[in-house]
Amino acid sequence: MINTADIFETIAMIREENLDIRTVTMGISLLDCVSDDEKRLCDKVYDKITRYAEKLVSTGEAISKDYGIPIVNKRVSVTPVSLIGGCLDGDGFVRLAKTLDRAANAVGVNFIGGYSALVHKGMTGAERNLILSIPQALTETDLVCSSVNVATTKAGINMDAVRMMGGVIKRAAYLTRDNNSLACAKLVVFANVPEDNPFMAGAFCGVGEPDCAINVGVSGPGAVASAIKRAGDCNLSELAEVIKKTAFKITRVGQLVATEAARRLGVPFGIVDLSLAPTPAIGDSVARILENMGVGTCGGYGTTAALAMLNDAVKKGGVMASGHVGGLSGAFIPVSEDEGMISAATSGVLTLEKLEAMTAVCSVGLDMIVIPGDTDENVICGMIADEISIGVANTKTTAVRVIPAYGKKVGDTVSFGGLLGSAPVMPVCEASPVRFISRGGRIPAPIHSLKN
Amino acid sequence: MKAVITVTGRDSVGISAGVSTLCAFAGANVVDITQSGSSGYFAMIMIVGIDSLKGSFSDFADRLEAYGKDHGLIVSTVHEDIFNTMHHV
Repeated sequence: MINTADIFETIAMIREENLDIRTVTMGISLLDCVSDDEKRLCDKVYDKITRYAEKLVSTGEAISKDYGIPIVNKRVSVTPVSLIGGCLDGDGFVRLAKTLDRAANAVGVNFIGGYSALVHKGMTGAERNLILSIPQALTETDLVCSSVNVATTKAGINMDAVRMMGGVIKRAAYLTRDNNSLACAKLVVFANVPEDNPFMAGAFCGVGEPDCAINVGVSGPGAVASAIKRAGDCNLSELAEVIKKTAFKITRVGQLVATEAARRLGVPFGIVDLSLAPTPAIGDSVARILENMGVGTCGGYGTTAALAMLNDAVKKGGVMASGHVGGLSGAFIPVSEDEGMISAATSGVLTLEKLEAMTAVCSVGLDMIVIPGDTDENVICGMIADEISIGVANTKTTAVRVIPAYGKKVGDTVSFGGLLGSAPVMPVCEASPVRFISRGGRIPAPIHSLKN
Repeated sequence: MKAVITVTGRDSVGISAGVSTLCAFAGANVVDITQSGSSGYFAMIMIVGIDSLKGSFSDFADRLEAYGKDHGLIVSTVHEDIFNTMHHV
């Protein structure tokens, strides 16, 4: 029998603590759309996406209503298009991006991911064409998201790709200079990228994935923060239990929505991504969880330890609650999308260096960080190389999504609107790593024994 | 299958009766009611069987929500599975 207290707890988590399903993402393989004719390729891509995802949004809305749980985003991820666009030059890839954009608009999703390339060991001509076309593609489309995997623990770091990405990010920032360099918010550089990630901007449908699958990303920083507040002055062992129990409940909702969406749409359930994904709304912040744990201001000493514990407890609670776990799974720390992070960065307590340290113990990496528009491209490459090496050495996913906002300086604030939020321009160490970056080549894969 | 209707807001005469009547017209069988009122505030949880609903679950939920708006109450109607899933292993 359902317990009254359980009912009120669930309702409070949804209404007052912003518990929601952050995204229901349909992964669609485009491998069967390959053609040596550009028009035929684009037609097949458009037809497949619109056919498979036709009912994604309406199904998401119906599930949301039946279970009383908001499903914030309905999205599509596709096979990295560099794998299907072997016949395309740069302009051809931009036209393919526009096709993805049209398809996403037609089915009503708010983002489509997969304008991507996996170049951790080397790159084909098509992958080079795609990467160089990213700035234009993201400028001339609204809903397309792009990602480039430049490293894996097994392959090492492709520094030629890292060197390219600094220029690509700067170019994307320049082309969208009238819109706060928004294109950079839709572009992620990865190490060890997961193939089933439902979260944007890094979502794509990997080559090991089925023809179609439903992947769900949960959220709920507000629910965790409230549970920690209610726990009072308990010790950290007890606090870890509180976080685990809350993560279990959050993830169970994700599992319910994922299996129901898969059933109604007649496609396989893929994974639940065990994430604490913040939004700029008050009461939906990962930084505030850390502060409720006792860290004075997010970014001060103790923050990395608190985040490591939070991340671990979320996974332990969540794994038990879901049949299949995947994606990024962990606490996200995007600066512009987290009210507490914005506040900590504005006050100067949270710095880029501390954020880099935090990424060693949690999900993803340097995320939604606005830096001065005149930051040298080699500095951005160095920033990418540092962050990516943390992922490679620690056998985890890391990523960089920085926005060198054109014309903006430290002290300015840049607003992207909606879930992308706003952020202060953060200071960057300007010492140039140009000689290191211009060497190119590959950083070899790290050794997996003699660990220290 | 069952649904859980929660009603909260300022207390007034006839809230339970109004919601129950709406359920009866919709073909929802009231299985259990828990309610309390103090300091002029009202809270009710009603569990209803929805196997014989006339019309869709979505319309039923919409009608109850509209009733709540008309009477200054917050009424939510959701499938019981979300509570079972969250709180039972």
